[in-house]
Order: sequence, then structure tokens, then C-alpha cells
Amino acid sequence: MDTGLFTRLSDNEWHIEPHDGMRVPGIIYASEALIRDMDHKVYEQVVNVSTLPGIVSASYAMPDAHWGYGFPIGGVAAFDADAGGVVSAGGVGFDISCGVRTLTTGLRREQVEAFKQRLADALFASIPAGVGSTGQLRLDGRQMDSMLAGGAAWAVKQGYGRPEDLERIEEQGCMAGAQPEAVSEHAKKRQRDEMGTLGSGNHYLEVQEVVELFDAGAAAAFGLRSGDVVVTIHCGSRGLGHQIGTEYLKHMAIAAQRYGIKLPDRELACAPLQSPLGQEYLGVMRAGINCALANRQILTQLTRDAFERVIPGADLELIYDVSHNTCKQETHTVDGRPQQLFVHRKGATRAFGPGHPELPAVFNETGQPVLIGGSMGTASWILAGLAESEARSFSSACHGAGRAMSRHQAAKQWRGRQVVDELATRGILIRSQSSRGVAEEAPGAYKDVSAVVDAAEHAGLARKVARLAPMVCIKG
Amino acid sequence: MVTQPADRPVATPRWEHFPHGADVGVRGIGADVASAFEQTAIAMTAVITEPQRVLPQKPLTIVCEGPDAELLLYDWLNTLVYEMATRHMLFSQFHVEIDGERLRASAWGEKIDIPRHQPRVEIKGATFTELDVSQCADGTWRAQCILDV
Repeated sequence: MDTGLFTRLSDNEWHIEPHDGMRVPGIIYASEALIRDMDHKVYEQVVNVSTLPGIVSASYAMPDAHWGYGFPIGGVAAFDADAGGVVSAGGVGFDISCGVRTLTTGLRREQVEAFKQRLADALFASIPAGVGSTGQLRLDGRQMDSMLAGGAAWAVKQGYGRPEDLERIEEQGCMAGAQPEAVSEHAKKRQRDEMGTLGSGNHYLEVQEVVELFDAGAAAAFGLRSGDVVVTIHCGSRGLGHQIGTEYLKHMAIAAQRYGIKLPDRELACAPLQSPLGQEYLGVMRAGINCALANRQILTQLTRDAFERVIPGADLELIYDVSHNTCKQETHTVDGRPQQLFVHRKGATRAFGPGHPELPAVFNETGQPVLIGGSMGTASWILAGLAESEARSFSSACHGAGRAMSRHQAAKQWRGRQVVDELATRGILIRSQSSRGVAEEAPGAYKDVSAVVDAAEHAGLARKVARLAPMVCIKG
Repeated sequence: MVTQPADRPVATPRWEHFPHGADVGVRGIGADVASAFEQTAIAMTAVITEPQRVLPQKPLTIVCEGPDAELLLYDWLNTLVYEMATRHMLFSQFHVEIDGERLRASAWGEKIDIPRHQPRVEIKGATFTELDVSQCADGTWRAQCILDV
């Protein structure tokens, strides 16, 4: 993008002054190099979001922002229901509550190295991944509704994981206010055999090594030492979330006119928070969040079982579980007074700072773990939330690297086999049912996640705690 | 850009993919809207696998509605996404009839066979991004949108 479009407030903060119907400024947090690399569509989408009714403070984009659906991916926007604020299905996205969780294993790299091949095979055999894969679990109507109301807490009751996992999940593993009865039969049918599946595209399960620490205190609180092996799972609400997104985008696009909302772009389809449709979407979207939390919880147990078979006694403990496609009701201080706001994070991670009441006591001093996915050849990151990010971005940070090239370009440039072989020479084992899928996800197709993380830290959104390098990757 | 072989006249129905940062765009071109919709559906299958690998063994009737051509395309593609996901099928041949706000179609395909189809990515949904149904200067119709994968 042309940097001339912005007023630069600091090295990593770029403002778009309100013009042409913008109710608030646009603010992008990124280095100059990242801004120059960003698609112009990010600018347009940040501007479009700023025109929506009831938006508070600013329309934000994180350092990994790219062209999304109405909202930019990497977009953050908060709305005040009492000021006519809206909820947007596009501002949450098709993969409701897509997110990341990381577990410690209690193992050192040298302990795992000897078992790596067997571990990769065991995980690939245990974790349903890729197009057409199905889970072991089949839910009847009543069980489906219980799952949609209970999230990861429901999964723990079914024997997937441990009660102590729950405090290490946002919302303690269960999103309140879900309305399973309002979720369509189509959405439930699409989920029927997809519980406990990874999905495809950029979803993955990785065994990783902690290769570098940046904050010894936070690393200790998170249970991380250099040379430790951890497991990270990236996936979402599967077919149920996708179907909810599809249905409500259309409902909201048709209803917007009825609600007198002038949309600069149909993709921004939204409904007033206080309207019947807005309330219905909130209830259904929260059920989608619970579906994602339950799904990651089931995958966690499958992962623990696979580790136990290969390395008996391995103890996988959850560090934290974050969602990066959500709209959540939160209290934030704006102009010196606390306000109840509905914060959309589309491809952005919540990053509560130290002492935030939502966090378990273990993170009181450190702020919440902010888990950032990379590509299968580079690195992933663990950051920690900062108190000052509340004023900067409603306590939000980046979520990943973002693609540098399209899937088609990537598939033209690499063959799946070649990617797998090259990574194997670097000691990284890839397991996937789709060779072309691996090519489309080649590490070179992604931007440099380190540049994104550096910008997030320099902008004061979160601070670096640990860098993780992949050892084994199960690709969806 | 991926296209099927271009050694045929412009009026022949055809499909192509167009790039999007994280995802992929599908475009169908035909003599009328119905034909363009059929081609867009083939383009969508081509995101998952090569359409010629999918045997048109079993027909499925699909009915959907939309108050305008774009929303009808959105519904058509998303109904196919739903049917693929819940039936574990892929489709390679389509016959579409459009009557005002209603679409009635037959889609022929088969169950997913992972070794044979080598499916590369699951489609989460067809989106409003770049969603467009319009007539081109040469009189043909074009139907397109970005898929979230």
C-alpha cells in the first residue's frame, strides 16, 4: 500500500483520518515494510468497517492484516449496542472461533527425537485430517445441543481431557449465552460426523521445539523452557461454523436494508445488536464458539492418547486456548469510563494484560498467552498480553503470518513431495493425505511471521515470550 | 490463472480460477446465466480435485432461491458445498435451470475416494467477495465469487 494514505503516528502505527462517512479513524499497526506489502484492499476494508453504526474508538487492523470478507483478516472493531451498534457475520468469519491451543509435553527435544517417526505416524493415524475425514463421535440431536451449550466443558464430561484443562481456555471452556435451539438443522447435520476433526487448508497439528525465550518470567509461568517439546493445534468449528457463517451472511445482507443500514459493500452484512436477528446471530455464533472449543478439546485427548502409545508417561498439559474469529461482549475503558462492547476479532487474538479478571490466577503477573501460528517450515510464537493494548486495540494482537502468495501460485511453484522432502532434510516431518494441499501450504507461500510478531511487540500489542520451531506437522 | 483448454470458441461455456490473497476465486462463463452457473460449479470442484477424476455416477436434485442473481449464485454454490460435506460426495456435471428467483438443478457425482481424487482442500463456503453475475461485452454471461477454503 501507499504509505501516503496514512498519518504515521509512530514506527508501527498508521492512522486513516475520518473521511466520506467514516465514523471513527482507521488504525493499522504494522512496520513500514509490512504496510508496503499489504494489499490495498486492507485500506478499503478498514475504511468500510469504520462506517458501520455504533463503532467505538477506531477500526483497527493488526500487523498480519490481509484482504478478507468485508472485514479485513486481522481486523478488530468494537460496537456499542446502545449506540445502534451492529454484529456482523462477516466480521466473525466463516470459521467461527477458529483458534490455537498449545500444550506442554514435559519432554525434551532429545527425548522425542528418537521417537519422531513413530510419533508422526501415530498422530497421523489418530487425528482425522483433510477433506472427507470423519471423527469417531456421532452425536444425536440432544447430545449435539448439549455440546453446543457446553463447549470444552461438555467434552471433558464425555471423557475428553481433564477438568483442569478448562481454566486454560478462554471463557473457561464454555461460552455463555449460546442458543443451540436456534442453530439450523443444516448446520447440525454438517457437523454430524465432523466432531474431533482437524479440517484442511491452513489447519494443522504440530509438535514443536521451544527454540528461543525472550521473557524468562512469562516463559516459566507458561511452563516453557528452551529445548522443551510442545504441541500446537490450529482448527475451528468445522462444518457447523461454516454453515452458520454462510446462512447469517445471507440473512444479514437481506435484512440490512430493513434495518436502515447502508452498507458500503454487501460483504459487511450486519444487524443491530439489539435487533431480533442480531440477538439470534449472537446466540448461534456462541454455539459455534462452543463447537470449536469442544472440537479442540477432543483433538487434545486424541493427541494425548497418541503420545501415550509412543512415549508412555508423557504428560500433556494445556498452556492456553485462544480463538481468533469471534465477537465477544467485553468491558473496556473508553474515555475513562468502563463500557460493555461487542468486540469483533476477525483473524486477531485477544491479548488481555496482567491482572485482567477473565484470566486464571497463573497468568496474573504475565498477561494471557497469545498463540501465533506460523507456517510448517518456519516458526510459531507465544506472546503475552499487555495492559496497554486495551487502549491500543481493545486488547488484541495478531494471529499468524498471513499468506504472501495465492494457493494457485504456490501450487505452481512447488510440488508437495518436494516440500515434504526439503523439510525432512531439516528434520521436520510432514504427514498429509494431500500432496497438492502441502504444496499450497508451502512455507514460502507465507509471509515472515517474525516480522509480524516484531511489529506487534513494537506497537505495544503484546510482548514476545517464546519462539517455537516445527518438528512434526500433521496437515489438514 | 487456471483455465480449461482454451482452444475453443469464446461462446463455448468455460470456467477459470482467479487469485485471492488467502483463498481462491471461481468464475464460470456461458451463453446464459444458467450455463455460467454450471461452469462456476465445475470451477468449484476444480478447487478440490481435477473434475475429470469425478465420475458422474449419481444424480442429485438441488433447489434454491435468491432475490437477485448474485444471491442466487451464492445459494447455489453454498448448497453444493453443503451437499458435498454432508454426503461426502464430489460433483462433476451440472444442469441448471433458472426461473426468476428459483433455481432447479441436477448435479452428478460420486462419493469421495481419497486415493483417487486426492482432494486438496475443503471449501468452507462461497462468499460475497467479488460476487458478481453480469453480461460481458460479447453477450456471454459471467458468474463469479471468492471461495473461503
